[in-house]
Amino acid sequence: MRPAQRYDHAGCATAGILHKGGQLINGEAIIEAIATMRERGNGLGGGFVGYGIYPEMKDYYALHIMYDREDYRQPVERYLERALLLIRSERIPTRPTPGVGLAPVFWRYFGTIPPNEPRPAGESDDDYMVRVVMRINLEFEGAYVVSSGKNMGVFKGVGYPEDIGRFFRLEEYSAYLWIAHARFPTNSPAWWGGAHPFSLLQWSVVHNGELSSYGINKRYVEQFGYRCTLLTDTEVFVYLLDLFLRRQKLPWEIIPIILAPPFWDQIYRTDSAQRRALLTAIRQVYGAGLANGPFSIIIGHPRGFIGLTDRIKLRPLIAARHGEMAYLASEESAIRAICPSPDEIWEPLAGTPVDERLFEEVVL
Amino acid sequence: MKNFLPSDFLVHIGPECILCGRCVRECSFGVLEQKEGRIIAHHARCVACQRCVVFCPRSAIAILPHPSTSRHNAYWTPEQRRALLRQAQTGAILLAGAGNDQPYLSIWDHLLLDASQVTNPSIDPLREPMELVTFIGRKPDHLEIVPDENGELRLATELPPQLKLDTPIIFGAMSLGAVNLRVHKILAEAARRAGTYFNCGEGGLHEELYPYGQNTIVQVASGRFGVHQRYLDAAAAIEIKIGQGAKPGIGGHLAGEKVTEEIARTRMIPPGTDAISPAPHHDIYSIEDLAQLIYALKEATNYSKPVGVKIAAVHHVAAIATGAARAGADFLTIDGFRGGTGAAPLVIRNHVGLPLEIALAAVDDRLREEGIRHQVSIIASGGIRSSADVIKAIALGADAVSICTAALIALGCTLCQACYTGRCAWGLTTQDPELIKRLDIDEGVERVQNLLRAWTLEIKEVMGALGINAIESLRGNRERLRSIGLDVHTQEVLGVRPAGM
Repeated sequence: MRPAQRYDHAGCATAGILHKGGQLINGEAIIEAIATMRERGNGLGGGFVGYGIYPEMKDYYALHIMYDREDYRQPVERYLERALLLIRSERIPTRPTPGVGLAPVFWRYFGTIPPNEPRPAGESDDDYMVRVVMRINLEFEGAYVVSSGKNMGVFKGVGYPEDIGRFFRLEEYSAYLWIAHARFPTNSPAWWGGAHPFSLLQWSVVHNGELSSYGINKRYVEQFGYRCTLLTDTEVFVYLLDLFLRRQKLPWEIIPIILAPPFWDQIYRTDSAQRRALLTAIRQVYGAGLANGPFSIIIGHPRGFIGLTDRIKLRPLIAARHGEMAYLASEESAIRAICPSPDEIWEPLAGTPVDERLFEEVVL
Repeated sequence: MKNFLPSDFLVHIGPECILCGRCVRECSFGVLEQKEGRIIAHHARCVACQRCVVFCPRSAIAILPHPSTSRHNAYWTPEQRRALLRQAQTGAILLAGAGNDQPYLSIWDHLLLDASQVTNPSIDPLREPMELVTFIGRKPDHLEIVPDENGELRLATELPPQLKLDTPIIFGAMSLGAVNLRVHKILAEAARRAGTYFNCGEGGLHEELYPYGQNTIVQVASGRFGVHQRYLDAAAAIEIKIGQGAKPGIGGHLAGEKVTEEIARTRMIPPGTDAISPAPHHDIYSIEDLAQLIYALKEATNYSKPVGVKIAAVHHVAAIATGAARAGADFLTIDGFRGGTGAAPLVIRNHVGLPLEIALAAVDDRLREEGIRHQVSIIASGGIRSSADVIKAIALGADAVSICTAALIALGCTLCQACYTGRCAWGLTTQDPELIKRLDIDEGVERVQNLLRAWTLEIKEVMGALGINAIESLRGNRERLRSIGLDVHTQEVLGVRPAGM
């Protein structure tokens, strides 16, 4: 059940692995990486996102929905049958797992947008899906959309991540990109919806930290129709990404600049006038999107991941490469647990993104 | 007619007095007189401006509330009776200076700021950058960013003109006439040094201040005093004054005695004539008329500078502000009822308008509901007393604040509220050359600059405690405010949760 209307803060561990050639990696690997950092979590939240897990359904939106209780499912399904052309609905397989208590009910739905649905002119399918997601989160009691992208899905809950991974039988899935999270909530509602990753459409985010700017980030995205309902500051990252990347079509490279912009001193000292003008305008226009306060995040998207820390790096992030693999984690130990001698391993500078993508020739 | 008015104050002259006569020379209200080897005080004339107290070399003077009292009555307060008696004697509208002094709730004092502990570390402002740079002006909804021929990303959106503030504090509008040229010179120079702006008010910009144009916001008010092409060209920004927090809904009246040669030339009116600002602009009777004036000013200045609109905080301030934003205003100045004035009818000053805190929250909310808050800037003004008020105003939703009374207090003002008499003993709201001389420009600049510096340092200190290193992350961030002792409805309007939640 969702706790009282307030958001909560968290400390955490994050890890991500990407095969840049698009080869699928079994879910065991990511479980092993995140489990290494067990002491960074406290058993009150763990979660995973996998990209490439539904290759046979890659043209359909995959909705992962969490129901507090079985009886909340029917009203949502009645709505979904109207709102989408569903081609498959099924319970997400789970197994009873020590360390995982009473769990909500998880279902997944694959579908497309009905062709004759009356819609505002110019509305894309993604816009439509965002409306569906916001409506379910806001209006249907006891139902929360956990993820809604194509060929990807989020699995999360209350427990240590390795237990949550086993609970969701992640060894049965393979993905070219896995991201994981272990949670240490400081204001601990043991709420399944509060676990990371947070996801909307194809974007997902795991977050170690706390947004001191959450109040304004939230009010900023609300102007564009997003509703923060999941009671954690991390949620707002996802809406910022959707707003900037999908709706405003900003280039990827701009995202880290908005979230963790250079200091004015650095901007004044930038030699290129063109670059200076760009950075100045970003700070002038997107100030409400600046993520202030300690954070270290991994942003997942269908072509790869981005690791980013706040402007003064108040949370850790380590990056590594080995062959065609790219790694991100809160601690080096997590990377070495699954890749003992990486070709390169480094500590990214504050506010400097690690942007790893599939090779351009990879077709999904 | 016999004067029934009791004195407000008693001027007490102690045995330390050496009869130097300094107090007599300092008093501009004719209270003190040196006669037959002693100082005689005409208590009834005293406004408690403290000039004699501060300048007595022996600290021999104290101004006391007049000890003579009448039977206590919580309903017919001495102020009520006094106002009534004055009207019985004069049959006139009572005038008042400065701002609303009534005991309405000061909401600032019921808002508490957050601080970081453990989970989000606080930041030491002496070791880490704390960024206060603020831009006032219209912002596009989003930016177009495209690669250039070398693949480098390039800005393809042209931003409308912006004012850059190094600290989010502006000196608000006080007209030449309400204050004198020295005050303007002080504020202009202090603004230039601090990387911010001063608003020249509705009485035009004196010729000697044109070199400060790039730190000046010029006003266009209903009287159109001193408005001409060079005036508009000289400024960094233009503000259309619709209303003033101290006296919403009414115009202004600068008495002919105050219209000296200099003021007359600047205002473009004959010397010695009353300068009347009509209650409405006679070319603005609707929102579309306001849009026309906004665009007339933008056309006249070739879209080279922000054009804003100043409105008083009144009951429908949110709708009015939204209308002004949609009419093309690049910034909105919201002036609360604690804002000052050189002269206003007492009944208006004390009873009309809204607290800035309420108006600011309501405007910010409405603009957000309409999805346009990020496109327009908000300047909050009217009774900002301290850096804490500045921080709370920004957290409620302001981009910047403007201060007037606070700057005058820094220059000596004691809030005696006698501005409208033209006898300001501190040389601020007077045009009397002898009184003006009391205001030293260099020292004045230093005082006001010190005030800005102190507040700026305090803002950085609090931001560090909040774990926020850029002012834009504080702006509208009501999550970092809590209320204490406010009723539920006020909390709702403010969008602030009670302490403990």
